[in-house]
Formats: sequence, structure tokens, C-alpha cells
Amino acid sequence: MSGEAPGGVFHPASAPDYVPLAQMRQLQLERLRAVVRRAYDRVDLFRRRLDERNFPPDGLGTLADIERLPFTTKADLRDTYPFGLFASPIEDVVRVHASSGTTGKPIVVAYTRHDLEVWTSVMVRAFAACGLNRGDVLQNAYGYGLFTGGLGAHYGAEALGATVIPVSGGNTDRQIMVLKDFRVTAICCTPSYFTHLIERAAELGVGMRDLPLRVGIFGAEPWTESMRRHIEIEAGIQAFDIYGLSEIIGPGVAIECPCHRGLHIFEDHFYPEVIDPETGRVMPDGEEGELVLTTLSKQAMPMIRYRTRDITALAGEPCPCGRTVRRMGRIARRSDDMFIIRGVNVFPSQIEAALLAVEGALPHYQILLTRHKGLDAMEVQVEVTPELFSDKIGALEGLRQRLAYAVEHTLGLKVEITLAAPRSIRRSEGKAERVIDRRNLTKEVRHEDPSTVSVP
Amino acid sequence: MKIHQLSLFLENKPGQMVQPCRVLADAGIGIHTLTLADTQQFGLLRLIVTDWEQGRAILEQAGYLVNVTEVVAVEVADRPGGLAGLLDLFEASDINIEYMYAFTFGREDKAVLIFRFDQPDAAIGRLRAAGVNVVNGVELAARIHA
Repeated sequence: MSGEAPGGVFHPASAPDYVPLAQMRQLQLERLRAVVRRAYDRVDLFRRRLDERNFPPDGLGTLADIERLPFTTKADLRDTYPFGLFASPIEDVVRVHASSGTTGKPIVVAYTRHDLEVWTSVMVRAFAACGLNRGDVLQNAYGYGLFTGGLGAHYGAEALGATVIPVSGGNTDRQIMVLKDFRVTAICCTPSYFTHLIERAAELGVGMRDLPLRVGIFGAEPWTESMRRHIEIEAGIQAFDIYGLSEIIGPGVAIECPCHRGLHIFEDHFYPEVIDPETGRVMPDGEEGELVLTTLSKQAMPMIRYRTRDITALAGEPCPCGRTVRRMGRIARRSDDMFIIRGVNVFPSQIEAALLAVEGALPHYQILLTRHKGLDAMEVQVEVTPELFSDKIGALEGLRQRLAYAVEHTLGLKVEITLAAPRSIRRSEGKAERVIDRRNLTKEVRHEDPSTVSVP
Repeated sequence: MKIHQLSLFLENKPGQMVQPCRVLADAGIGIHTLTLADTQQFGLLRLIVTDWEQGRAILEQAGYLVNVTEVVAVEVADRPGGLAGLLDLFEASDINIEYMYAFTFGREDKAVLIFRFDQPDAAIGRLRAAGVNVVNGVELAARIHA
């Protein structure tokens, strides 16, 4: 891995984040040509799409030619479930992860040994950008398992030389005990879970500001500048935003530097574009649109122009930190109806599928998201239909439990089902307003100048 | 022999009870008796009214989800042991009481019990055989208003 001296200290300035732009563009073009060739030779769907366009797999003259390549969407992953987009034989795949799809089935992603090395290397660069190094004690409170967050952060921090505590998610009181007793200096988890830890620590009489904890790396869900200020003041730490998605690699696609002027994208591995989500047209840097990412070095599952549905803008002007790679603004919203709760991606269509399976017909429903003491909660209000209405309490409670079980089983998340009276859920004109988000995720100002941020 | 009971789904929040009662009142429909079953989340209002067919029609028109259930009304002595004696009839049977409620109407030392049985016809047969007075809708109205 570049920049890693055996037994020595990783110095972030040795990473490709600082190479001259011309050199980076040349590297990207070479890698893009190779990954397109690989996908064409090994992935049926991609070959078919290029052939339909009469685009030869070696037809990329410049980086701008990427605009002529077809997009890949989440639906493509669903339609080829589970292994249809693999570009490596299963003998070469050493790891799979999965994340939620748009309906009942998850989407599956794969890694060769080389892919895992790349993932680890970008996580090393991410942690180093947050000022971590050997001697730091990292509490990894991302969930370990199919979710990419836990293992991605784990191997990156180990490779950096930090001391990793693989505590995983949940068990809040134990998290606080570890935080205090193990002299933890850095933590990674979702920002909403960390605000919950702050609340709980106060209840237990643990003063977060008095602990050695100095850095928090937060991701896997949208958060805001006001949440950052709250976290930094209440916990006495510096908070960093990390971005990633399973389809591309997991966490480690982009990271904030101490300047907090957007997230630096590891462009030597992930090529970013921002498009108009309606027309697909590529927008110039600085304009807001949907983030599209191409994996430049992935072997097991190359993604060509993957539509992330995350809305952001790219910033190309130099960052005071000296990194030359482009930055993306913090993600404040999406171009589809997906929402993220407790780090889990949820599509209303998944909930619909579960309700439909229980009821046999789709009832009118609404999803209500709330935040209490830093913890997100999801309530699904379901209107009772004449077919299911009963004069017996037991029958209605049974219905409620069956609905809750079906939704929880699909999402792997706790959910409160509320039975509602017919026509009590407001009908909107046109597209139904399925999700009411009361978590106060207010719109973000992008690329704020830190000097103008007032501290209350 | 069976009586039609209307059940309404109510959300568990203030003001939910008054609206259906007003709808019935405006249509001149009287309520013989009612019971309100509640859970943490929702309530079920069960009503026996003077005209169940019209009652259902106007409640549905007003947007309520109305369930019509056949229940059994039984007259029982309003004294200690009156109910226990009646329940003895079902103890050894496989007839299940889903729920029940009771009311008195201030005469003859009698009370009326409303039963929701899982097997209403079998239950009526057993009650009759034991000489219990199973009251029909007309009788029920007559007794209440007498």
C-alpha cells in the first residue's frame, strides 16, 4: 500500500490525494480504460449495453468520453441478484457484503483480495485525514456483519496502526464504559447514535468532555452542520463526515479533512460526476445534481457510472489542506425516496412489499420518522381496511403484530405499527407523501467557510 | 334470536367518542347500550342501537369503518351468583366467549348480558335448554323503554 512504511508511521502527505492534477487525470484515464475493458469482457449486462450503443470497449479517448457510457442503477443490481454483476469467478471473490435493495431482496457486493486491499488503503487515508495514527485507540461502533461499515473501518484502522476496539453497534451503556475505561481517543458510528451516546453518558454521570476522546468519524446517514456543532461542543471532539456506499466499496469513498470544506473523494479509485437526475446531463463542478461514481480499480464488481441518488455538488478549487482531489458537498438529500434510519437504507417500497404480503392488498400508509434523545425511531401508520377490521381486540392486535413482524423481518429494524382510522392519513394531490421526517435534518449550507460558522 | 352489534374503529385521542354519537343522534337513532374497549393505540366502540341497518349506513356515510357482529343478549337475575350460574353452562363446552358486557335497566331485578360467542347458535341452544331467557332485538328495545 502506498505511503505505508513497515512498522513506521503513515504520513498522509504520501498518499495520492496530493498528486498534481494532470498526473491524477492520466491515472484515471488509464484505470477507466482498464475497468471498462474488464466489465465488457466479464459482465453480460455491461457488454450488451455497450454493444447496443455501438461503443467499442476501447473507445475512450479522453476522460470526458465517460459521458458516452451507460449508467448503472440499483435496479440493475436487483435484476441480476445475487451474483450477476460479478466480474471475477467465485474462486477469486474473498468477501461479500449486502445492503438493502428497493424491495425485499438485498443487493450483494463482492470483493477480491485486491479490492479489500484498496478498501483498506482508502480507509487508512480517511482516518489519517482525520488526524488519527498509531497510538490512537479507535472504538468502532459501526455494526459488524453484512453492513460494510464495521469491517471497512476495522481493517482500515488496523492497517493504520491504531488500536481497534471492535465493539460493534448497540449496548449503549457498555459503549460508554469502553469509551471511558479503555481511554478511547477516536470513535466511529452514525452521528445520530453518537448524539444518543452523549445523552446517555450525561445520564450516567460521565462527562464526555473530560474523556481522552478527541475525534469522531461519522457517516452512513445524513447529518447537519448544527448536529456537528452540538456534537463538538457537548463531547469536546472534532467531528468528521465520511461518505461511502456498498455498491462502490463501503465507507471510504470520501472524507473530510480538518478544513471541513466538503469531503475529499479518493479520485484515484472512484471517479465522480454530478448529473442532472432528470436528463442525465453532466453538470460542471459547483452545480448541484446527482452524484455518479465509477470504480476505477475494482475487480470483483466494477461499477460504471453508478447512480448514487445522493444529491451534492463537486468542488474542484484547491483546499487549504493541500489535497488536490476534488471535494463533494455534504449529502443533504436524495433524488429518490430512500431514507436512512440508524444507518440502514430504507425504501418505502420495501415497507409496501411487507404490508402487501400480510394484507393481500396495499393499505394506505405513512411512515413517520422521529428522533428522541438522539435515537431515530420509525412508525408506520396503517389505515385499517374493511376486510381486516374486526370487532375483536385480539384480532386487531394480532394484525398489528403480523405487520410489525413483516416490516421488521424485511428491514432488520425495529418498527412501531400504528393502526389508523380509514381516511385519517392525509391524501396529497399526485404522488403520495409516504414519509414524514420529523428528525430536523434541515437543509445544509454547502462548503461553508468555517470562519463564518458561529459557535453558540 | 341474535342481535346486531355495530363496532367502530376509533383512534386513541381526545374527541373520538363524541363524533359517532352525534352522527347517530342527528339521525334520531338511539343507543341501547355500548362498550368501549381500548388498547394503548386504538379503541373499539361497540354499540347496540335502535336501528342497526340505518345506523350502519349513516356511520359509513360519515366515513367510519363499521363492523356488524351478531351477538346474543341474555337476561339474568341481578343478584350475586346470577352471572356465575350462567357461565357454568359453558364451562364444560368448547364454546368460547370472545367478550361480553352487561347492563341493567332498573326493573324486575334483571340485568341483560351481551355475549360475543365463537359459536352463537350452539350457545343459544344450550341457553334455551337450560331455560335461560335469550332476548331478541324487539324485546330488548321494549324492555329498555318500558
